[in-house]
Amino acid sequence: MERFKFVLYRPLQTIPVLIGVSLITFVLVRSIPGDPVRVLLGPRAKPSIIAAVREQYGLDEPIILQYFYFLYNLVQGEMGRSIIYRIPVLDVIAERLSPSLFLLSYALVLSVTLAMVLAITAARNQRRWPDHLVRMFCTAGLGLPAFWLGIILIMVFSVGLGWFPVSGYGEGFLQHLHHLFLPALTIAVALAPVLTRNLRATLIEQMQADFVQTGRSKGMSERALFFRHVLPNSLVPTVNLLGIAFSWLIGGTVVVETVFSIPGMGQLMVASIFSRDYLLVQGVTLFFAVGIICTNFIVDVVNVALDPRIDP
Amino acid sequence: MSLAAPKIPSRKLGTSGLPLTLLLGMAVTGFWILLALAADIVAPYSPIAQDVPSALQPPSAEHWLGTDNYGRDVLSRIIYGARVDLQIGLFGVIFPFLIGNVIGMVAGYFGGLVDTILMRLLEVTIAFPFFVLVIAIISILGPGLTSLYIALALVGWVSYARLTRAQVLVLKGSDFIGAARVLGYSDARIMLRHLLPNAISPSMVFAMTDMVLVILLGSSLSYLGLGAQPPTAEWGVMIAEGQQFLATAWWICLFPGLAIVFLALGLSLSADGLAQLLGTKE
Repeated sequence: MERFKFVLYRPLQTIPVLIGVSLITFVLVRSIPGDPVRVLLGPRAKPSIIAAVREQYGLDEPIILQYFYFLYNLVQGEMGRSIIYRIPVLDVIAERLSPSLFLLSYALVLSVTLAMVLAITAARNQRRWPDHLVRMFCTAGLGLPAFWLGIILIMVFSVGLGWFPVSGYGEGFLQHLHHLFLPALTIAVALAPVLTRNLRATLIEQMQADFVQTGRSKGMSERALFFRHVLPNSLVPTVNLLGIAFSWLIGGTVVVETVFSIPGMGQLMVASIFSRDYLLVQGVTLFFAVGIICTNFIVDVVNVALDPRIDP
Repeated sequence: MSLAAPKIPSRKLGTSGLPLTLLLGMAVTGFWILLALAADIVAPYSPIAQDVPSALQPPSAEHWLGTDNYGRDVLSRIIYGARVDLQIGLFGVIFPFLIGNVIGMVAGYFGGLVDTILMRLLEVTIAFPFFVLVIAIISILGPGLTSLYIALALVGWVSYARLTRAQVLVLKGSDFIGAARVLGYSDARIMLRHLLPNAISPSMVFAMTDMVLVILLGSSLSYLGLGAQPPTAEWGVMIAEGQQFLATAWWICLFPGLAIVFLALGLSLSADGLAQLLGTKE
């Protein structure tokens, strides 16, 4: 358990990044031309509310002090009110969180499954036709625009064959699984090529390793050798890549949620941009950034658990 | 700058001594560039002229790829769209490339406090999901291609800065840099004339891959209504406009998407080929 002590102090190291992130979001929203309060509260805000917000954010104080007000409010979970929904930003986000989380996990499971199957098939049939097919998929898949793929899938499987609903989220776990299959598949097809390429390369490299020779000379079957030794040893780089890909994955959900009209955070963000609901844009951006920082932390923990050689 | 001779001879070479993937990729990319340049001659119709009586027609001898809901010719719009999407690829990569290389070079060469500050800035930038930060910036600047280029310049420099900084850190200690210092060359001269040509290959290879990502991003944003604005003939805009006619007029969505895939394929192959030629891994 000694090795996992970093779980306690590593979160402290993310504090500078968190401060930087809050600084950037602060600067971003303050760069909107015009009187910030009028822009943030919308054209029809009452003078009394405008005065209250000026007070809360200390808008007549120097800009540095304003940032500290912003930070102080943030620590208390106060991110302002949405001008469209007329409720606190955090409440709006909380409502939209579960469809996005469901979609993200679903897409992650599909991508990893797809990448594992493809990479293992390719690595075990190196330089033969299954390998060539997988590599072709990887090159083509990298250039597939996710929003377009989503539309084509809707065209074929929803409009054409009627197997899946065209849009929405549904009620209950099974309906979620059904409704979100095409959106998750869309993201998976875009993400899998990156993972597959990486995992295939690592698998092939590991198949040349000394421990494989040792295993062979002990009379282990090729199959056991591959699944018990080569595969586990190849997973660390892919898990690392998954951490990086997660940032990309969130971008994917923003687009895909819009294509499939899923009431998640990504769709919320795009809609807020058009309704000029800046505090909501700010809230979602911050929320996503914190999500990425947490994911990187989890990736670190998983890596230490997977590979005893890593010294945290 | 001329490209260096291959350090490691590639396995598959064409007759000209270049990797086959590079030749194939350049052929596909070149096809699109030519099409974009010659759009006025090649395109059978105007990309924005409306012809309502012949709206939503399926592909035919007259309109090879059909017409959209305003009766505009889909093929002509795709050909003119190549101009916009290639421009997105070019401008969306050039600014991050320049900014990133300067930052990476300065951070790596001077080290110390400059390096620490620039690398903290980098860490904070990558803490945001790339796409989310780009659209947050666009939301402040207002939708449009200029906003897209500014947003990409502000966010996209990180990859280039990292790649170049890593190269500079390795090269900084080598003898030829020591020699340049002994000769009394200025820092600027050492960075530009000695370090840069040796440190830039990974960043150049990545620029090709990045162009694919940027074109995908640009068309996605245009699809969302945040990039190129209608009635501009841009592939993402075309797909967005065609989505509501999916059940009756599939051709409006299908063909612009294929155009993106085809251009992306050309650029990906070029990137792979360039990596082979320069003997670098990404």
